[in-house]
Amino acid sequence: MNKLLEIKDLHVNVGEKEILKGLNLTINKGETHVIMGPNGAGKSTLANVVLNNPEYKKTKGTVEFEGKDISNLATNKIAKKGIFMSFQSPQEIPGISTMNFLKVAKNKVTGKPVRIFEFKKEVQEYMEELNVNSKLIDRNLNVGFSGGEKKKNEILQMLVLNPKLAILDETDSGLDVDAVRTVSKGINLYKSNENSVLIITHNMKILSELKVDYVHVLVDGKIVKKGTAELVKDIEKNGFTKYKQIDK
Amino acid sequence: MKTKVENINRNIYDIKNKDNYEFKMEKGLSKKIVEEISKQKGDPDWMREIRLKALETYEKLELPTWGPDLSALKMDNIATYVKPKTNLNSSWEDVPEDIKNTFDKLGIPEAEKKSLAGVGAQYDSEVVYHSMKKELLEQGVIYTDMETAVREYPEIVKEHFMKCVPINDHKFVALHAAVWSGGSFVYVPKGVKLDIPLQSYFRLNSPESGQFEHTLIIVDEGASLHFIEGCSAPKYNKVNLHAGCVELYVKDGAYLRYSTIENWSKNMMNLNTKKAIVGKDAQIDWVTGSFGSRVSMLYPMSILNGDNAKTEYTGITFAGKGQNLDTGFKVIHNGKNTSALVNSKSISKDGGSCTYRALVRVNDRAKGAKCSVSCESLMLDDISRSDTIPVNDIRTDEVTFSHEAKIGKISDKEIFYLMSRGLSEEDAKAMIVRGFAYPISKELPVEYAVEMNNLINLELEGSIG
Repeated sequence: MNKLLEIKDLHVNVGEKEILKGLNLTINKGETHVIMGPNGAGKSTLANVVLNNPEYKKTKGTVEFEGKDISNLATNKIAKKGIFMSFQSPQEIPGISTMNFLKVAKNKVTGKPVRIFEFKKEVQEYMEELNVNSKLIDRNLNVGFSGGEKKKNEILQMLVLNPKLAILDETDSGLDVDAVRTVSKGINLYKSNENSVLIITHNMKILSELKVDYVHVLVDGKIVKKGTAELVKDIEKNGFTKYKQIDK
Repeated sequence: MKTKVENINRNIYDIKNKDNYEFKMEKGLSKKIVEEISKQKGDPDWMREIRLKALETYEKLELPTWGPDLSALKMDNIATYVKPKTNLNSSWEDVPEDIKNTFDKLGIPEAEKKSLAGVGAQYDSEVVYHSMKKELLEQGVIYTDMETAVREYPEIVKEHFMKCVPINDHKFVALHAAVWSGGSFVYVPKGVKLDIPLQSYFRLNSPESGQFEHTLIIVDEGASLHFIEGCSAPKYNKVNLHAGCVELYVKDGAYLRYSTIENWSKNMMNLNTKKAIVGKDAQIDWVTGSFGSRVSMLYPMSILNGDNAKTEYTGITFAGKGQNLDTGFKVIHNGKNTSALVNSKSISKDGGSCTYRALVRVNDRAKGAKCSVSCESLMLDDISRSDTIPVNDIRTDEVTFSHEAKIGKISDKEIFYLMSRGLSEEDAKAMIVRGFAYPISKELPVEYAVEMNNLINLELEGSIG
């Protein structure tokens, strides 16, 4: 079966407020999807709700992964099924080095012991590709990292954990041109016919170096338009205004 | 980094041996009881007099009117002296089996072989084992139980005993001086530097009893020592009492590192007193992990008498359900250019309460003193407590002083982030707590750092509803 993620008629509340209002989305194996939309449309909510962040309450609809309902699974079990999320604001965790954290995460996600020597070598190779300072790996997880370092660290984790589906929540926001290019490079390094990516962004830059299969426009809690990469150009030129009107 | 508990067994601490004493003093406190202890121990007259005078002082002093509730402690229900069925031994083979097994399970003989220069082990009121490497003996180092020290080095003991901590310091110091038993005596001669630590371990097995060990350490000029004390007890339903006393003399140019890992059971009232007098160019570093006891009141004090004397305090306190741990650090700056660096952390959960209570006094002579205090607290839920009560008494202008306090909670965002990387909620919390504790745990002797991480894992296990 090719269907990896299937979201049907998803309604989500944050507190009392409904943020997603009947969202549908299907991602097949091997595909790269982009979700664009204005601020406050519910893009980050979508990422969080797939990982079942308890702050977001599903009131209706289903989330299936490889044909199984995951909407009530604990976040760590969803991670073990092969879904990864790159955070917009990665948390700082003092007292644990980035390297040790990667080892723990790899072990938890795969359920297998990590072979230290090979693992370190693999991590170092990815770090070189991502142009990450080699000292970063010994520093406490995200503590005192610059914005760019945090985002690169997210991409590093994606490469190391090698999920079936990676959801990148505005990984490109706040990054300079070079860093955006590095993030794109990381995504291309990760991507194969066997896995899928969902890129959430309101920035066109990151898409120029990626092969995008589908673009969705998310406005006011719903996907109002689905198209191919061509749609990006239209948005770049005309903005979201006309899609907001579609919604009305 | 281990995220899963390995070989952890709380039962280690909870092994209850049969209350198999040779002599257990009747409960309560009276002149007759104090005289009987003195007789049992074969005190010289001067020591008996100290005991009796201390008892008078005890009767005059009031319970502290601040801090944790001590009403559960009824002295009438406490046996102040419990002699185990053995004498002091210098070989583990001679220690009775049940007692030896306890220390085996606590890992003491093993640690002695691997990483210690000497070991003392106290069981209830008496030291049952004491031993030190021969080389140290040849260098003139003395490491023995307190009773032997009273007998063999009366002049040194007389000069220092209850001089650093005065008998009228507070009610439980007076109690200690009246009924003290056991503990370790260390003398490191001038210029002798011990590169591996000495360790004394205190185990209280007998229910409804008290442990009152006395630790007296003198590090002479230019000498250096790392001393470790550990303590634990099995859990009983009745209250036990620990009122030890630690007196440390760090002479000019000397160095002492005093590490403590305290894991009393949760029926223990831990009312302990520790002070150090620090000479010119000398340094005392305290490293403390406090996990056990129902109530703790413990505020180690460094008295920086000599110019350029230094002290560091690195401490962590972990209070769980039913625990009220009131700890902190006191420093008195008397000498010029003295400095103190304090790094305290506390963790409270399941309604536990941690208080950091501290004193910084800079006397007018202490020009150029420096003191930097940082205390951080982490609360794991909404029902736990954390308080910081610093008292700063600064009597000179020429001083650099800073105090930084942070109280925080584990955020849901951090947990979600770690869970998205495959960690369970328990693992995520344990990782955050261990990370919080790491700056302290890395200062502990390695086996205790491992033990502390295990304790954190254990405390967090099953804590998630």
